[in-house]
Amino acid sequence: MIARTLIKPSFYQDSVALMGVARELRGGAGIQEAAALMGTPANRELMEQAGLLTAEAAAAGPNDLVIVVRADSEAAAAAALARAESLLTERRRRVEAAGRRLPRTLDSARRQLDGANLALISVPGPFAAAEARKALARGLHVMLFSDNVALEDEVALKRLAVERGLLLMGPDCGTAYLNGVPLGFANAVPRGRVGIVAASGTGLQQVVSLLAAGGEGVSQAIGVGGRDMSESVGAAMTLAALDALGGDPDTALVVVVGKPPAPAVRGRVEARLRALGKPAVVAMLGRAVSPGRDGLLHTVTSLEDAAAAALAVLAGREYRARAFADPDDAGRRIGERQRALAAGQTSVRGLFAGGTLAYEALLILEPLLGAVGGNLSRSAASPHRIVDLGEDEFTRGRAHPMLDATLRAEEIARAGKETAVAVLLVDVVLGHGAASDPAGDIAPALEAARAHARANGRGLAVVASVVGTAGDPQGLGRQVARLESAGAWVLPSNAQAARAAAAIAGGAGVTQKLLGGESR
Amino acid sequence: MDEIRDLFGREIRVINVGLESFALVLESLGVPVIHVQWVPPAGGDPARARLLALLDDEDGA
Amino acid sequence: MSIREANERALVRLTSAQPVLVDCRPAREALGLDERTVLHSGPPLLWGQACPTVQAAILCAIRYEGWAADDDAARRLVERGRVTLGPCHHAGAVGPMTGIITASMPVFVVENRPGGNRAHATVNEGLGKVLRFGANDASVIARLDWLAREAGPLLGAALRSSGGLDLRALMAQALRMGDEMHQRNIAASALLARALMPHLARVAADTGAVARVADFMAGNDQFFLNLAMAAAKAAADPCLEIAGSTMVATMARNGTDFGIRVAGLGERWFTAPVNTPEGLYFPGFTAADANPDMGDSAIVETVGLGAFAMAASPAVVRFVGAGGLRDAVRVTEEMAEITLGEHPHFRIPTLDERGTPVGIDIRKVVETGITPLINTGIAGRAPGTGQIGAGVVRAPLACFEQALAAAAAGRVAT
Repeated sequence: MIARTLIKPSFYQDSVALMGVARELRGGAGIQEAAALMGTPANRELMEQAGLLTAEAAAAGPNDLVIVVRADSEAAAAAALARAESLLTERRRRVEAAGRRLPRTLDSARRQLDGANLALISVPGPFAAAEARKALARGLHVMLFSDNVALEDEVALKRLAVERGLLLMGPDCGTAYLNGVPLGFANAVPRGRVGIVAASGTGLQQVVSLLAAGGEGVSQAIGVGGRDMSESVGAAMTLAALDALGGDPDTALVVVVGKPPAPAVRGRVEARLRALGKPAVVAMLGRAVSPGRDGLLHTVTSLEDAAAAALAVLAGREYRARAFADPDDAGRRIGERQRALAAGQTSVRGLFAGGTLAYEALLILEPLLGAVGGNLSRSAASPHRIVDLGEDEFTRGRAHPMLDATLRAEEIARAGKETAVAVLLVDVVLGHGAASDPAGDIAPALEAARAHARANGRGLAVVASVVGTAGDPQGLGRQVARLESAGAWVLPSNAQAARAAAAIAGGAGVTQKLLGGESR
Repeated sequence: MDEIRDLFGREIRVINVGLESFALVLESLGVPVIHVQWVPPAGGDPARARLLALLDDEDGA
Repeated sequence: MSIREANERALVRLTSAQPVLVDCRPAREALGLDERTVLHSGPPLLWGQACPTVQAAILCAIRYEGWAADDDAARRLVERGRVTLGPCHHAGAVGPMTGIITASMPVFVVENRPGGNRAHATVNEGLGKVLRFGANDASVIARLDWLAREAGPLLGAALRSSGGLDLRALMAQALRMGDEMHQRNIAASALLARALMPHLARVAADTGAVARVADFMAGNDQFFLNLAMAAAKAAADPCLEIAGSTMVATMARNGTDFGIRVAGLGERWFTAPVNTPEGLYFPGFTAADANPDMGDSAIVETVGLGAFAMAASPAVVRFVGAGGLRDAVRVTEEMAEITLGEHPHFRIPTLDERGTPVGIDIRKVVETGITPLINTGIAGRAPGTGQIGAGVVRAPLACFEQALAAAAAGRVAT
């Protein structure tokens, strides 16, 4: 058993790229374990715990890249390190071949890219506020992807941004569209007439995907982060974005997506919406929100309804919410799956990559099934669970579920063995930046779980939605087909998928509620 | 918000600080982007990072 | 004034300097050096902390001046404080390697035309067994005698007759001929000799003296180094009074410590132990023979030459990689990360005439962890060995971290 180290001094790579390298190395012949990390004290501790802290690794500094492999043989170790070297330098070689060098700071980047106007910042949380402040001070708009930014930093940053007339999208802004440019994790959608202000990335992704499916597109989509409409932040970015969209001739209708604003803030936001002079659709994901309409202002309670209402208003139609796009088909499929269940299979297990999608599912399930547990609610004693696998507790030292399905596949297998689970509910998110085959990454686990249940006399329903468009690199049609071939029932939206899951697990009473007449 | 509206209609030119995959996506879409090889300032030392923030008084040009 | 504004002012002052070589005079006149002071390179140094090479050079200089008859007596003078040591920088001078200057030695006088401030450096002794490398025998003293008696006065007369030689123009031209003014000065030395010859010929009464000085200059490829250093100091010194600036105005080593001074922090030194240079060695020598880093010559990097101009010098680029354009670009862009701008006069032809990176910002050094690279000769650690190789060395990060803390404290106080 051999441990070999490669140190690249003063060599910089982000954590996601490095996790990708480590994963590649682990797949090599004769390799038992591999690590690719910057030589920070915290990472050296991780290496020590994994039994990978060689003497060279221990001596490395925070600016040094450390690769350690544990292998069966010298040859295997050498091959792995050579592979690491080539993986790491590939991009650098391309850049250097062009006669340049990747900049180390924001300032040297500005010298190299004339007219830069947006900083997309995704550094670790503790450093994010300082980078964002530097960018704003230099007159750059900011998309702050990083999370774990302190609330008081967010308040100060947004105050500075508003002072300077700049965007501070975030913190924790995963998706945005500016002038048709998709930023962060974003789906391929056409330009169009709908301007969006979103407190959530995957929420935005669901809305724009459904708009695109309806033949409409996005003028601008501005992320404001999940805390913008809190009392402390005072909806600073939401208000600024609404002003900008209100005055934008290319925006015919505004959609706002988020959780219900703090009472102190709600009035200001509503006033700004009314003052837009354009129709506005507000999707507030929360308990005790009532849908309705007040002049140009439409309130809806799901992401799907936001897109549908926007499409209807732009087409001059009335919008009526329904439980399912195709109630007859839904009823039939629900019945089939209910009949396949064994006695005692009564619960829903939701395993989500998108946090807002998980939360929307939770809100839909609760009125139908009663208390729902999982890591987004405080109901501990409930058979039903909605789990957001993107939460911190699951992503320490591992890639986010939108990028790496390993953990979700494990959870699917685990859930499939529980005798009380009637239905697995999953989301699959496509788009730029997401994994190259998210459906394919979980399909084997889904098939195996269903097969295992079958072998033990249980039916196990799998219900899914795919957030994406035909134009996405993964291809919406291909991803849907892959899930269906694994036995999943794929519905057109996260909300419909949640309702379908509730109906299958909840029995005739729930089904009747959903299919008998209008929903809600 | 005049500056924000100004941005609508301008070419978006991005400085990417952090995850390189974002820059690679933008590159593949033909969006002008430059990726910064970011590491924690001052080797991650928080006290020195605070001093650096104190001494950073760039303003825009 | 904001730091940004102060740095802009400092960078302009640094890069608009016009160093002119005007004279050569004994140090006792030009520097006001008294009869019991030995100047050395780098930040302040205690005798007990000095490396053997520097100590050997100090003792030799004391014997050269006639203050002691032998090394033991010379040592006693120093230990008893009858001879005092001080940095060249404090006396308006710079010295390469051991950088020893005493009263009788002739020093070149460089004047910065915009401000009128002056900087000085000795006449480079040549290669091999020289005071610069801690050689300590009679041949060293004999050469120093000749420099003081014959070469110095003749060079001084020639320079006074010339009305001054524009060193900035000369260096800009040498840069286009493969010099970087630290490890390679051969083109600059040739250009200087060409500029001086007519004046030497005109002022000399004794053709033998002219011939000896001409031979001396022709045989020393590094003759111009001391002048590059004095020109650089003349350019950088006026920046030391620009309050609020975080630009480095001095980098210097004494074989024990590396010291920097910062424009907005005045004459205060920020020091840390020197690193040992790494590079390629002459036959018979290895890294184990290398002396720790020494010399005021890092002043050259401080003004955007030396390692910062390395891309203009293909032979020198080979010390940082296989050589070639890729390595040249890489080094230049690495130094560009920590500098305030590009030099308007020192340009690199092979990089599309881009100006050399100039104006090291202590904030950028600490932020990125990138420390200034310095091209340097490597001296042997045994006194008098001479040069054993050439390579590169880094300024220690600790100097910049200390300076950053001082700058921040000053900021809070205002």
